[in-house]
Amino acid sequence: MDFRLPNEHKMLRQMFTEFTEKEVKPLAEEVDEKEMFPVETVKKLAKYGFMGIPFPKEYGGQGGDNLAYAMAVEELSKSCATTGVIVSAHTSLCATPIYEFGTEEQKQKYLIPLAKGDNLGAFGLTEPNAGTDAAGQQTKAELVGDYYILNGSKIFITNAGYADVYIIMAMTDKSKGVKGISAFIVEKDFEGFSVGKKEAKMGIKGSATCELIFENCKVPKENLLGKIGQGFKIAMKTLDGGRIGIAAQALGISQGAIDETVSYVKERKQFGRAISKFQNTQFELADMQTKTEAARLLVYSAARAKDNKERYSDKAAMAKLFTAETAMEVTTKAVQLHGGYGYTREYPVERMMRDAKITEIYEGTSEVQKMVIAGSLLR
Amino acid sequence: MNISEYKGVYVFVEQREGEIQKVSLELLGKARELADDINEKVIAVVLGHDIKNKLNELIYFGADEILYTDSDVLNVYTTEPYTKVISNIINEYKPEIFLFGATSIGRDLAPRISARIYTGLTADCTSLEIDKENNNNLLMTRPAFGGNIMATIVCPDHRPQMSTVRPGVMKICERDENRLGKINEYKIDISQDSLNIEVLEIVKEKKEKINIEEANVLVSGGRGIGKPENFKTLKGLANLLEGQISASRAVVDAGWLERDHQVGQTGKTVRPNIYIACGISGAIQHIAGMEESDYIIAINKDSTAPIFETADLGIVGDINKIIPMVIDEVAATKEDK
Amino acid sequence: MNIVVCIKQVPDTTEVRLDPKTGTLIREGVPSIINPDDKSGLEAALMLKDETDAHVTVLTMGPPQAEKALLEALSMGADEGILLTDRAFAGADTWATSSTLAAAIKNLDYDLIIAGRQAIDGDTAQVGPQIAEHLKIPQVSYVANLEKDGNSLILKRVFEDGYHKVKVKMPCLITTLSEMNSPRYMSVKGIFDANREKEIKKWTLEDIDVNREHIGLKGSPTKVKKSFTKGAKAAGEKFEVEPSEAAQIIVNKLKEKHVI
Repeated sequence: MDFRLPNEHKMLRQMFTEFTEKEVKPLAEEVDEKEMFPVETVKKLAKYGFMGIPFPKEYGGQGGDNLAYAMAVEELSKSCATTGVIVSAHTSLCATPIYEFGTEEQKQKYLIPLAKGDNLGAFGLTEPNAGTDAAGQQTKAELVGDYYILNGSKIFITNAGYADVYIIMAMTDKSKGVKGISAFIVEKDFEGFSVGKKEAKMGIKGSATCELIFENCKVPKENLLGKIGQGFKIAMKTLDGGRIGIAAQALGISQGAIDETVSYVKERKQFGRAISKFQNTQFELADMQTKTEAARLLVYSAARAKDNKERYSDKAAMAKLFTAETAMEVTTKAVQLHGGYGYTREYPVERMMRDAKITEIYEGTSEVQKMVIAGSLLR
Repeated sequence: MNISEYKGVYVFVEQREGEIQKVSLELLGKARELADDINEKVIAVVLGHDIKNKLNELIYFGADEILYTDSDVLNVYTTEPYTKVISNIINEYKPEIFLFGATSIGRDLAPRISARIYTGLTADCTSLEIDKENNNNLLMTRPAFGGNIMATIVCPDHRPQMSTVRPGVMKICERDENRLGKINEYKIDISQDSLNIEVLEIVKEKKEKINIEEANVLVSGGRGIGKPENFKTLKGLANLLEGQISASRAVVDAGWLERDHQVGQTGKTVRPNIYIACGISGAIQHIAGMEESDYIIAINKDSTAPIFETADLGIVGDINKIIPMVIDEVAATKEDK
Repeated sequence: MNIVVCIKQVPDTTEVRLDPKTGTLIREGVPSIINPDDKSGLEAALMLKDETDAHVTVLTMGPPQAEKALLEALSMGADEGILLTDRAFAGADTWATSSTLAAAIKNLDYDLIIAGRQAIDGDTAQVGPQIAEHLKIPQVSYVANLEKDGNSLILKRVFEDGYHKVKVKMPCLITTLSEMNSPRYMSVKGIFDANREKEIKKWTLEDIDVNREHIGLKGSPTKVKKSFTKGAKAAGEKFEVEPSEAAQIIVNKLKEKHVI
């Protein structure tokens, strides 16, 4: 891996930072407090190209790469993890599987508006009884004439209700186990499709997380993504890539918490001097930044591996595992260094700590990442 | 170029709607000083329409001679006709020094002229002196980097030595009605020159939008005043002192006051006689915009606020208690008089 | 329509700090930015491009590092960048800078030239009008709004006490105020295109037709005799007293200063 960032990525960082400071940071508190999905921000993200970074220009994308995409999610998440996950779920979990497994017609019809940011995307795999054990899918799809008829429900779906396009996993042949799962492209207006209850969450509160309900939902048969029975493979591949996005989100949360803490400890005076002068503060910050920097290298290296079409699923799992745990540790220390103020909503670190927790859970818990990493070692 | 042929200190006198601008009187004051230093004359150059009745005033304020051009084309300022008249005057009269106000007119006109006649121009000067040991070169000193660095510029090999001068810096001479001087008309054909630009509409903005750069007293508020309504109290004090209110960037960004009231690096540079900083911590960007004030009074709760390092008089305390008391005192004093 | 935007790379003075001991500027680590007035000028050009399909060329004179400012402009959507760079151009005052830039512009097709009103490091506001004079085209400075009207522009030209609405025929030069708009960000695609597909031309003295007596330090009528930082002011008095006493101190001082 080349450790120097190309000039274009340095410029991207500058632009992502500027955009985040001016457009995302001022809203972050309100987004959390009011559980507000930042609709206007998403429009601006679309305008400047955040919604289609790694896709070729002919498909409405920005002609960029996964490293640039990871950096975008990182910078956004420094100030607002909600905004970070909106971009991540849209890009990694919806646009990417269409780009990688879709037919030319599907790419023309769905990928282009997604990559341009005219449409928002989401992904539905998890069910009430199929979490880490994703193979236990109960949502069924049955071919009747020119339509697959979907019945069942999905839960904890990011971007639900705001997304226009959903990638949905459903069982087409129960007898085949995981090989009986297929993937479908579902539009929000399809007959029989509705969005159910919204979850009240600990963190990333502005992100819309809801149930999806399919009651004889009619999906045209040309909306089958990939081949019949390929759904589980598509889901696993998609989550491999998604982990780069979530790792980048966790990385951003970590760095954001450090940045907030650095300015706080320089201002806050106790015993007659800034608390940044105390060795405990210095050593804690040193540990926080060192781990975060290590996490950054893991994330970038996974993104680069995907760009270079190398095997990256173990790298992505390591990046997510380490970055998520780092985010949790760093934000907890950030709150501690802020003392009593850190526990209040006057400072953003308590929000960052709440936001960090989910990165250890979604798109594969830390335990799942360990299974992936160990699986790759012991192959 | 024979530099010794160039004589006299010339001042471009700015009129708007026939009114002589204050900055031009300041320039005459400075020009008078410079001319006396080198035994030369002060020549005021006035362009406009139906302006003859104002010209004597310029003599009372220090001019020895007036050169004026009267034309309806010159009534409202546009670049080309003004450039043409003054460039021709320069070529004919060969001034040693030519001063302009650093206003939105002077800063448009002077560079155009300097490019046309190939001489140097120094922008926005705050100090002018003659270097008698070196060819009577004009030492033109100006701030750069928002006032953090001062540079002294000379124009040794070209004449006239041109400068735009910051408004509000130079002293106006005592008006003296006994002063005598000559008034000459400079005739020139300029009817064709204004054609490239057409002024469609002239809009005067209400005097409400006062220019804080011209105020003698500024009462300035920062975050420390607590809430936007407290600017009313500051405004009360400013009115009593015949001054204006201004603000730090933080409160302008927060929308407490309009941007044209902002003092500092990204706002305006002010140098009033008295600057009263209320609840302003004194970020360097703010200091850059007000440190040249003659006398700075700072009131702040935080005794370690950096503003106290710049202030001549520092008061550690609560603005919202102190200012109303100052208002009462000042009002009482005024009534006594 | 061809638009040439002149930009300058400047240190971000909002980040400039003073060394508390020496009172001098700490320039180290201060990022370089596109001068704010120039960036608004570029935005005005890009808005015209959005409306009318104009071709936008960005021109800067400076050291090789100034290429970064051009890349940023290209990433915002400008079509072409030209960097005027040569040791012979160094040390130029506004006169020599404008004559060099004007010579470069003569190599280009232009209907409109846009320059920022002034740069935050020098604050002179001179280069724009001087370029216009060298090119013998009309200028309108202090522009706060712009509309295209056939071969002319309708402009809001700001003064201290109001504004003029003026109509000017192209070709012309305008200088723009940063208040006129909020410049767009670079876009992701813009950054990739600028780095991968767009070319920045580097022009030296050989590439432009200019009198060699009119450039660089030698062609500059003004010279810097000295520069200095203002000596730190003697510390003033400071009082921490009851509000009534504090008010009395202030009022006494105002009397002493003849304000009341």
